[in-house]
Parts: sequence; structure tokens; C-alpha cells
Amino acid sequence: MSAVIDTHHHDHAHGPAKGLMRWVLTTNHKDIGSMYLWFSFAMFLLGGSMAMVIRAELFQPGLQLVQPEFFNQMTTTHGLIMVFGAVMPAFVGLANWMIPLMIGAPDMALPRMNNFSFWLLPMAFGLLVSTLFMEGGGPNFGWTFYAPLSTTYAPPSVTFFIFAIHLAGISSIMGAINIIATILNLRAPGMTLMKMPLFVWTWLITAFLLIAVMPVLAGVVTMMLMDIHFGTSFFNAAGGGDPVMFQHIFWFFGHPEVYIMILPAFGAVSQIIPAFSRKPLFGYTSMVYATAAIAFLSFIVWAHHMFTVGIPITGELFFMYATMLIAVPTGVKVFNWVSTMFRGALTFEAPMLFAVAFVILFTIGGFSGLMLAIAPADFQYHDTYFVVAHFHYVLVPGAIFGIFASAYYWLPKWTGHMYDETLAKTHFWMSFIGMNLAFFPMHFVGLAGMPRRIPDYNVMFANFNMISSVGAFMFGVTQLLFLFIVIKCIKGGTKAAANPWEGAEGLEWTVPSPAPYHTFTTPPEVK
Amino acid sequence: MLRAAITWPVGLFLCALGLSANAEWGINMRRGVTDVSQSVFDLHMTIFWICVVIGVVVFGVMFWSMLMHRKSADSKPATFHEHVGVEILWTVIPLVILIVMAVPATKTLIDIYDADEADVDILVTGYQWRWQYQYVGEGVSFFSTLTTPRDEITNVSAKSPDYLLEVDNPLVIPVGKKVRFLVTASDVIHSWWVPDFAVKKDAIPGFINEAWTRVEEPGIYRGQCTELCGKDHGFMPVVVQVLPQDEYDTWLAEQKEAAAKEAELRDKTWTLDELVERGEKVYTTACASCHQPNGEGLPPMFPALKGSQIATEDMAAHLDIVLNGKPGTAMAAFGKQLSEVDIAAVITYERNAWGNDTGEMLSPIDVLKAKEGQ
Amino acid sequence: MSEQQSNKPVVTRLVLTVIGMFAFGFLMVPLYDVMCDALGINGKTSGTAYRQEVEHIDESRTLRVQFVATRAQGMAWDFNPDAEQLSLHPGETREMLFYAHNPTDRPMVAQAIPSVSPAKAAAYFHKTECFCFTQQVLQPGESVEMPVRFIVDPALPTDVKHLTLAYTLFDVSERMPDKLASASAQAH
Repeated sequence: MSAVIDTHHHDHAHGPAKGLMRWVLTTNHKDIGSMYLWFSFAMFLLGGSMAMVIRAELFQPGLQLVQPEFFNQMTTTHGLIMVFGAVMPAFVGLANWMIPLMIGAPDMALPRMNNFSFWLLPMAFGLLVSTLFMEGGGPNFGWTFYAPLSTTYAPPSVTFFIFAIHLAGISSIMGAINIIATILNLRAPGMTLMKMPLFVWTWLITAFLLIAVMPVLAGVVTMMLMDIHFGTSFFNAAGGGDPVMFQHIFWFFGHPEVYIMILPAFGAVSQIIPAFSRKPLFGYTSMVYATAAIAFLSFIVWAHHMFTVGIPITGELFFMYATMLIAVPTGVKVFNWVSTMFRGALTFEAPMLFAVAFVILFTIGGFSGLMLAIAPADFQYHDTYFVVAHFHYVLVPGAIFGIFASAYYWLPKWTGHMYDETLAKTHFWMSFIGMNLAFFPMHFVGLAGMPRRIPDYNVMFANFNMISSVGAFMFGVTQLLFLFIVIKCIKGGTKAAANPWEGAEGLEWTVPSPAPYHTFTTPPEVK
Repeated sequence: MLRAAITWPVGLFLCALGLSANAEWGINMRRGVTDVSQSVFDLHMTIFWICVVIGVVVFGVMFWSMLMHRKSADSKPATFHEHVGVEILWTVIPLVILIVMAVPATKTLIDIYDADEADVDILVTGYQWRWQYQYVGEGVSFFSTLTTPRDEITNVSAKSPDYLLEVDNPLVIPVGKKVRFLVTASDVIHSWWVPDFAVKKDAIPGFINEAWTRVEEPGIYRGQCTELCGKDHGFMPVVVQVLPQDEYDTWLAEQKEAAAKEAELRDKTWTLDELVERGEKVYTTACASCHQPNGEGLPPMFPALKGSQIATEDMAAHLDIVLNGKPGTAMAAFGKQLSEVDIAAVITYERNAWGNDTGEMLSPIDVLKAKEGQ
Repeated sequence: MSEQQSNKPVVTRLVLTVIGMFAFGFLMVPLYDVMCDALGINGKTSGTAYRQEVEHIDESRTLRVQFVATRAQGMAWDFNPDAEQLSLHPGETREMLFYAHNPTDRPMVAQAIPSVSPAKAAAYFHKTECFCFTQQVLQPGESVEMPVRFIVDPALPTDVKHLTLAYTLFDVSERMPDKLASASAQAH
């Protein structure tokens, strides 16, 4: 009996439905993957526009373009949109497209829930963006929304912000359930766990992280809602509550969240580097264990975001040691990537350029993270641009370059055409230069004393801020080139073979390019 | 050639570090003026150099591969993909480096958490958007508010070197003595930071935090609020003036006298013009950031005062709202932040500026009577 | 169809985990209080009167206790301690009065929230009587002297030489409408 999960009527068995309703009702993992990817890219451009507003205001000292109240809304929504609207949905899109192909499954385990998971997102972000136009403005308390700034002192739109977070959270949780069920139950016979591609492994672990911590985020925003509307005092000292408890609960979610945003990139890069080195990944087993170690450790380091709130010394020492410890498995992964390249036969097409830049620049971000872990030194770094530099180094050349690398790597599979390699390399170099110009100087202004989340600054920070802004504009404009490259690739280009990459391995390369609407209706044989 | 590709950037970078003396292109943390700040600086540099060395080694191997193991250089790919020994080595060596790093870090943290007796205790309270300093046991208390002129912020006039880092009343402490800071907040979370002291402590409403410093060099040291606290988070600097002991003693005595002087000022007879002149200065410091220099405010959050009912008709309501604030809004109870003279002056100014022209004035004695509930 | 069934156990377990983690988020609230109490951190003192007997007074130690008062935003009352510091021996029962005055034209209800620094001293700071245990109601123009009676436990670690008791006064008139109603009734 065939292993097809046949959720649509047999009259449509020839292929996808026609028209707009195809996209509204589809349960096909490739369609849903594409929708997630397009949505995340739109959010990336939207969040990026907010960054442009921020960097335009910070181009020079003084208030030129926007008032501080609006500036705070820009920094807040830039963070929320990038974290919840761009990075996370992009990885879910990649998961949707590639996990069934990589494990030889015909689709995700729960295709209808998959559709619902996606459509929650435009609802959530439509709601979030609409708050900018409400009376009192949108959320202005930072993407970390500490109480009581986000409760007692929040604008009226905060209730809609909370609702939007709930919607996005439910979407993530359902997506994670789907991914775990798919990976555990739908692998082709012969594909044991230790034969799975690393992208599948990292997504399995990421999905468990999501299951564990997204409900805690839901809990903390529900507590906010209760404080704001139902007279409770979770975070209100007047009623016996504690604003610091907000930070503990938030960061219990927040720290695993940042690993949720990077582990899938680790997995993708772990497939791309071997392909373009024409050499197997070095240390597959330890890569799996290192990822699991990072995920486990991510639960016990949260208070390194809170070194200045007045935690007693035992607590500070514990969190300092645990945070330093995470450097060990992360270092193992970096050494393994480098060892994969070493004595390979390297070519540098766009996926490899982004993957190599990932390893170098993410590691630099990791170094600043290690510096931040040293609690007494953190007293000088905390809430300055040094932190902004750190997390942009791990998120932009980390998560975002990981997504670009994956996109270029799998575009031939998705579209059936090779993308324009010259344009792609241009996109890479402009992104690389723009990103470094934008974020490297932030280390300096942070060390020199510039705090975060300020619309104006003393003249001693002016030179580097101007450079940062120029880099940011360059990086931003370049993403429009990426849009052009993707559209051009969809519309045409050199025909792509089933496996266009000489060193690539994996079940996804055994199906034709573009991948047919239904694949692996019969499970493949895995040796 | 490869060696040059590595040594040149590293060399340039090291030279650049030496440029940290030039503030405008400064790229490093300051050493600061306390033992703690120097220890913190040393920790920072140690972990930095550890990272640089690891980076040079790892990136060196990568760049070597990218050059020598290119397919176009006729490199044939090897097949090795595991080696338990080397994996153990590069797990254990970083672990050892981290343990070594943790030792001085722990020692410095223990120093910072020292709870020994202090010579001066100062209650630091964060408000939206200024700091209040109270010398516990001395009866001296004042607010410290940004004094950068709005013209500089709106790019009408040139910015001074202390742009956004200047206040009317800096915190004054004696050199060489242990000063303890008791940090709290009255509304949202703020954070009090002086980079030169390596002191940063969050100010949490309803809770008290403690920090301390012992400054070895007299001077003026500037920092900022480092926790997002609303609209003017970037506009509430921290300025500390460290004086030799004798000058500090003189200053403290003057502050105690100032309370008496304030009473004299309050009891004298003021003219409308004198109040308006003083009131304009008070308005600029305490009110203009929300109600704007032109009195038009930023409705609906910050109402207009120009042409408003409260500033042209109901004097009692005007006084009440300035003294006691308006719960549920950002309007603070300025009766606790400004002297009676300043309150009388700013209300008189508001009632006569921007065409309000009521011709009315409020005397400081009237303000005092209102505060005492008469 | 067999795939549909084989998903059920995994999905059920995951959904239960999700619900469990949501509950855990809320569980963290009492857990936080328990941890703070047990580890004697956070500077929070007990909200109820200390009833135990104190064994002895440690005359060999003198501690400096400071008192500070902060008003929360929008709280118009005058509020300060009668004295800003005193010296005592651990084990002694001492008292400090705090003056409060309502300068507004309406009755108000206030809540004082205490906090002790250093945080580890909080567990050793016992209040036998405190105005912070209940809300305070003041009529327009009314003033009051409110006592806090306390003992510093002799078991206080020896490296603590001083402690600071800080109160933040909050306006809870809107949060306590019943108290306010009875207060207004008193006024008429």
C-alpha cells in the first residue's frame, strides 16, 4: 500500500489547485515552505526598513528625522519583526521544504496543521504592524519588553502586541510539533537517526527547544495582560510583585530562543560546507552531540542577560561559569567545519561564500559573547552597543547568512533553474562589506560608552555611527538585489540538474529539479 | 604572501588599538579611575587577547585551506572525517582556557560584591527622566537634570563637547573614600552607570540595590542611563564630580546652607518679570522635553500648555497638577522635585508665555501653603 | 492511514509538554518567591509580623541601620523617616517612625513596599510591627507617624556591618476601591 497521505480529493490528484485558493488551502509542504519563505523575506524587508529609519536618525548626533517616542517604536518593532517574523519563519520555511525531502517522506506529518501554522503568521504580524497606527503608537519598550515599562507605562496598543505574540507563539509551537512528528515517524526505512542529515538533526533539537520555551513566553505575556487588565501584580512592586521576576521568566524563554534562531543555520552550513569541499563533514557524531549540549546548556544560562539587576554573587558566578561553558561545544562545531574544509577541494559558489563567511563572522560574534560572559566585565558592556554588535554578528552573518546560503544552495531544487552566479556573488560581497561596516564599529562605540536604544548621542560617538549607518544602508539596499536574483531565478535561467552541486549528498538531490509537487510517494531505499 | 595577508591586518589592528587615546576614534574601554575599573579593564583585555589568538589560529587554518585546498589549484579532496583524539584535544584545551579565565573573573566579582563599611552613602533614584541624589544622614538631596539646550539637540546651534552629558547638579563625592550607592527608581527600571568607575546597577522600582566605588583621582566623570526607560532614556546623563576631601566638605556645608537660602528666596517678594525669567529656565530644564519649548506639547500624550484652559483659567488646578502630578499619566509630582520658588516661577511663566498673557503670578509662599494643605 | 495513527502518541506527548511548560511558566512565580526566601536573596522582607523569641542580644557587634524613603511616580505624599540612621546591637528591638502627609484634596490609600540591602541581610531583618503590613489611608491634609519595629537577628553573617531599610510608597487608591470607599465615608 502506498505511503501517501492523501488529503485532497482525487480529482485534483494531478497537481496543485489553480488560483489564489491554492495558497489559502494548500497542505503541500513545498507550497507551505514557499509561503513561509516569501513571508519571512517580506518581514525581513519591513524590519530592515525600520533599521534604515534607526540608522538614518543615528547617522549624525542630534534629532533630525524622528522624535524619541517614534524611535523607540522603531527599535522595538525592528527587533520583534526580525526575531519572530523574519528569522524564525525563514527557518520554518526551509524545514518545510527540505525535511521531507531529506528524510524521504512524502510530506509533513500533519499537513493541515501545517497550513494553519503558516496562516497564523500574517494575522499576527498584520496585528503587530497595525499597532504602529493606533492611538498612543505601537510597542516602544524594546523587543525584550521589560515590565513595568511594558505594563503600567505601556501605550494602549500593548494588548494587541500581547495578542500578536500569542498568535505567533501558537504558530511556532504547532510547527515544532509537526517537525518532531515528521522526523520521528516519517523517515524512510534505513534512515536511522545517526544517518540523518545535520539540517534535520539541528531542526529536531530546535523543535524541542521551541516546545519547551514558547509556552513560557506565552505565560509571561499572559501575566503582563493580567497585570495590565485584571489588577494582578506579577511585576508590580506596589502589589507585592517584582519587575525582576519578569526578566527571569522572559530570559528563561529568551536564551533558548536565540539558539532556536541559530541551530538550523548550524545544520544548513554543516551540509553546505562538505558539499563545496567535496569532503564528508568532519566529526558527524560529535556535531550531533555538540548541538544537543548547546541546547541543554541554553536552559541554564539565562541570567547572563541580567548581571546588573542585583543578583547575589553565587548566582552571578553560576551563570558566568555556565555561559562560558557553552563556548566549548560551539568551538567544537567551528573546529569541525574548518576541518571539513581542510584538505578538501574547495569551490566558492554563492552558498559556500555565505557558509564560509558564516563560520568566520559567527565566530567573531561568539568571541564577543565570551567577553560578555565575564560578569564583572559585563558591567561595562551591558546595555551598550557592544551587546548590539555581539548579537548582530551572531544573527546577521549567523542566522541570515545561513538562510542566504541555504537559499542559494536549494534554489535550483525549488525552481529548476540555476540562479545568476555573478549577481549572487555581488549580493554576497555587498552584504559582507555592508554588514561589517555596519556592525564592527558598534564594538568600539559600545566600549567607549554608548548605551543602547538611544536616538541621540554625544559627539565622541559620531564618526563610528556615521560609518555604521553607511554600512547599514549598503546592506539594506543589497537585499533588493537578492529579491531580483530570486525572481529572476524563478522565471528562468540555466536548467538545473537533479544534483547541480558536484559534492552535494542527500536524498533531496535524487529527485528532479524543480522537485515535483509530490515526491517520495514511495519511500526510497536508504543504505 | 600568506603570512603578509595575516600579519598586516593584525598589525594594523594592534596599531589602531593604540589610537584609543583619541576620543573621537576611541575603540577601547577606559581604564577608569578606580581599582575595580582597572581590574575590569584587565579582565577585558585578557579575554580579548585570548579570543584574538584563537581567532588567528582558526581563521589562519581556514584562509590557508581557502588558498591551498581550492579545486582550481588542483587540490584532491581527502576523505578523513573523524579523529577522536583531536576532538578530545579541542574540547579539553578550550575548557582549560576557560577555567584559567574564570579565576581572575571570580576574584574581581568578589571584590565588587564587597559589603564593607562606606564613608558616604548616597541614595540614587531614577525618575523619568532625571536622577535624584540624596546624601543619607546629611539632609542633602537634589535632582540632576540634563542641561543641554534644545537648540543643540534640534541642530540649530553647534554641539558642545559635553553634549547630552551635562547636568545642572552633578553628584559630588570625595576622592579616596569608599562611597556606597543605594540605587532605586520611582517609576520604571533605569540603570545608573559611570564607565570610569565600572559601576553599573539597575534601578528597580520598589527595590533597593547596592554598589560602591573608591575613586583615586579627582575629576568629572560622565555616564548615562543604561536601561530603556521611555521617551528620554537617552537624555538622562550621570555626572559625578570627585573632589579632594576638603573641597567636598566645603561643598557639603554649602548644600546644607542652600536649604536655608531657599527659604530666604521663598520668603522674599517677587515681581512678575523676575518669576517669568526664572520660570523660563525651569521650564526649559524640567518641562520642555515633553511640553515642548513652544508650549504646544505632543498631544495626546503630552498636552499643549499654550492656549490651554489649565494655564489660562484655573490657577488652582494648574498648581495642583504641577505639585501632585496626574496619576496614570507621565506627569510627575514636581512638588517633590522642584523648590517652591521654582514651582511658582514655572507656573507664572506658563501662564504668561506663548500668548497666554494672563498677567497672573503665583508667589512661592502660595506654593508653600498649597503644599501644606491650606 | 497507518501514518496518521502512528503520529498520535508523539503529538499527544508534545501537546501535554506544551501545556506543562505553560503551567511551568506560571509555577515559576511561586517558585521565584520560594527561591528568594530560601536563599535569602532579593532584599524582600516578610510581609507578616515576626513572632519568634530572640535568644540574646549580641553586645559585641554594633550595626549601622539606615532608613530611606522613596515615593513612586505620581505619589504626592510627603514621606520620610524621622531619622536616617541609628546604631544597634543584633538582637535588640528598635523602632523607627516614618512621617507621612497627604497634601492633596482627596483621600488616598498608600502601600509601602520594603526592601533591604545588602540582599543577604534581608532574611535576618525581622519586623515585629510595620506600617508596610497593611495599606495606609490618609484624608486630605492629614499626617501620621507610622512605626516600624524590628530586630536584627544575631545570626546575621559577620561580614555585614550595615544595612539599609528602604521603603517605596505607592498610591494604591485605584487598586483598593473598597479601602478608598470606607476612607471617603470617614471623611463625610
